[in-house]
Amino acid sequence: MTSTLINSLFIFMLAGFIGFEVIRRISPLLHTPLMSLTNALDAIAVVGAIILVGEHKTNFSALLGTLAVIAAMSNVVGGFLITDRMLRMFKSSHPAKKP
Amino acid sequence: MTTQPFIEIVYLIASALFILSLKWMSSPGTARRGVWAGEIGMVLAIGGTLLHRGIIDYKWIAIALVIGTIIGIPLGMVKMTAVPQRTALSHAFGAFCVTLVGTAEFYLRSPNVPHFMMAVLCCEVILGSLTFTGSLMAAGKLQEVLPQRPITYRGQNIVNLGLLAIAVAIGVYLILHPGSKQLFPAMVGIPLVFGVFMVIPIGGADMPTVISLLNSYAGLSAAAMGFVLDSRLLIIAGALDGSSGFILSVIMSKAMNRSFTNVLFGAFGQVQVAARGKEESKPVKSVSAEDAASILMSVNKVVIVPGYGMAVAQAQHKVRELYDSLTRRGVDVRFAIHPVAGRMPGHMNVLLAEADIPYDHLADMEDINGDFPQTDVALVIGANDVTNPAARTDPSSPIYGMPILDVDKAHIVMVIKRGMSPGFAGIDNPLYYMSKTLMLFGDAKTFVGEIVRELGGVQAEMAGAAK
Repeated sequence: MTSTLINSLFIFMLAGFIGFEVIRRISPLLHTPLMSLTNALDAIAVVGAIILVGEHKTNFSALLGTLAVIAAMSNVVGGFLITDRMLRMFKSSHPAKKP
Repeated sequence: MTTQPFIEIVYLIASALFILSLKWMSSPGTARRGVWAGEIGMVLAIGGTLLHRGIIDYKWIAIALVIGTIIGIPLGMVKMTAVPQRTALSHAFGAFCVTLVGTAEFYLRSPNVPHFMMAVLCCEVILGSLTFTGSLMAAGKLQEVLPQRPITYRGQNIVNLGLLAIAVAIGVYLILHPGSKQLFPAMVGIPLVFGVFMVIPIGGADMPTVISLLNSYAGLSAAAMGFVLDSRLLIIAGALDGSSGFILSVIMSKAMNRSFTNVLFGAFGQVQVAARGKEESKPVKSVSAEDAASILMSVNKVVIVPGYGMAVAQAQHKVRELYDSLTRRGVDVRFAIHPVAGRMPGHMNVLLAEADIPYDHLADMEDINGDFPQTDVALVIGANDVTNPAARTDPSSPIYGMPILDVDKAHIVMVIKRGMSPGFAGIDNPLYYMSKTLMLFGDAKTFVGEIVRELGGVQAEMAGAAK
């Protein structure tokens, strides 16, 4: 039990450093789409909620899980949608670059 | 039995895709690929989870996924000016999900929860519930259904910190006695109240920092949920989101010249009262749209400084016409964007990109500040405090030390403004009284429209003369 928690701590630390290094390089130009994208990725919490609903251990846990899936799924859909809409607006003044 | 390693591999691929997704966000050229990577990762993760062998009931999963999608689509289609409140709302949803799952897990496992596990669960639930109500408050303030000005009262910080301390104390008690189910609702409820109180004293101008901070909390609470559920994927996604929010909060508070604690406990509004006292009439130079247009057409380098006032006046499309008109005449036009120009990090860039202004003409504060001495005209539209030279020169100014755009170093400064009223922070701006500053009084949208018309008129005359 403790060893899995220690493992988790290692993963958390490494992911934190990766996040820090990757995100530091992102230009302020894209900070708003970045925030909506990380929001959508964060909604991966939906997997925990799905298991909670699916296992249906008690009615109470299944109810909370259902609400949780709804909340997380709306972030997944809304987050990716708006990030893509924003990024489509960013155009360069050199039209040659456009596909 | 055999599906479990397969699911883990799927999660591994999803984690890699999430990291790539953020990596590709680093430049506008690859950013859309980043969204694709994130989407594929998400679909894989959800698909893999559905194969989980403990799942016996698919009906409610399907119903919840469909309802979530139905709610998500309108949230993805909001106007670009509404993106900050949408983002705050999605932090609230994320935190809501995390809090619900944490609560359900506690009641399923109590009293057999090891100390360390219970500690993580407490973090998850406390962070989740305060982020939930805090984000709802922030969204309400941004949507202007709640008053935007800071609401303060005596002893506010003591009340707030006291509440948080009580919640933490209950958490500690629960770690030691994980069977005390009756205390758990208090550990959810008190941070819910704290979240409201935390955002009440924060004003509209500090929203970029608050949103970033709540973003970080939402990420950390999701990572804590990953610990509880022993889900590496969730820990990674939560850590990425947490560090992203943290970096953005640091950038935002630096741009406002404030520390985190200052934003949360400072209540900037109190400065307003003190600074309003000395109102004296100093001479300013005011010119018409016609004069402004004739100056603009005779110069080579123009830097436009947009502020949130421009977005409030819905002037971005008129500004694009001005940009087109000047660019056609061979004038080099760029936009200088202060980090806190909008209501969330990078918001102004999105608003200008929406108005079809090419992103390579949008410059960050650090990149453009050195260019102002070679700039013929700096045109300030709806920005105030971020152009105030007192931040550089006057140690008694409340914004002294705040990084600003050095528009006062340009040869000519034009300021479009409704009137001489002070800006959001209530601080007088010496820029307006400089001999090279021309004030253009009026609504930003109307005034820019008039300048564009004047420029067009001259163009037509010139075309006529050429015939």
